Amino acid sequence: MELLVAFGLIVLAFFTGRFAENSHYKRIRAREKKWHNVPAVSASSFPLEAPVEKAELVHGSVVVSVDYFKRVLMAFRQIFGGEIKSYAPLLDRGRREALLRMKEEAPNADIFVNCRLETSAIASSNRQNSLSCVEIIAYGTAIHYKK
Amino acid sequence: MILTNLEQVPGRTIVEHYGLVQGSTIRAKHVGRDIMAGLKNIVGGELKGYTELLSESRDEAIRRMVEQATAAGANAVVNVRFSTASITQGAAEILAYGTAVKVQ
Repeated sequence: MELLVAFGLIVLAFFTGRFAENSHYKRIRAREKKWHNVPAVSASSFPLEAPVEKAELVHGSVVVSVDYFKRVLMAFRQIFGGEIKSYAPLLDRGRREALLRMKEEAPNADIFVNCRLETSAIASSNRQNSLSCVEIIAYGTAIHYKK
Repeated sequence: MILTNLEQVPGRTIVEHYGLVQGSTIRAKHVGRDIMAGLKNIVGGELKGYTELLSESRDEAIRRMVEQATAAGANAVVNVRFSTASITQGAAEILAYGTAVKVQ
């Protein structure tokens, strides 16, 4: 019985996880297109196109977790070692989402400089197994040029 | 108060340094959010409750840092950094630190 429940969860997680991932990627791509002309750079120096009017700190964060199906894959992977491909989209999604949220905090900025990305694992209570959720934070300085 | 993670405030000159200022907060998740997150852990995706919790705490950490800078007489904080550490299960520390300066 317990095995059946676990199997049911895996199947459920496989479909819902895949669906959620695809729709999230679709949303991310649409928003990234909108922000196409406002670059986020990791350098602290930037081309001074005009005198700077305002500089402000902006940040965006997201906590993402991996679905049950992928966690089972991970458990198998830990036996043999090697790259865990199923976790890559999760972190990729989180990072892009965090960057977008950072940009959305300053909708009229001309450039985002000194952008930093940080990832930290957050321990889920009373759960022994490995990585359950990660927080990704993106922060930087939004520069507004004098118009 | 001007906050930036650059080394100086663009377009302004720094006239005085006041040293490091910091703000931190330690937050625990509450049970309701934890149960929801547990369910969400099966299907994967964003855990909105935790995102909210952590961004609230980050704002609080920034507020405390700004408070310290104001008390020192600064009007800007440069080179701001964030860090998150999970100290025990179900609790996280959020730290914001930077250098308090006075700009013209």
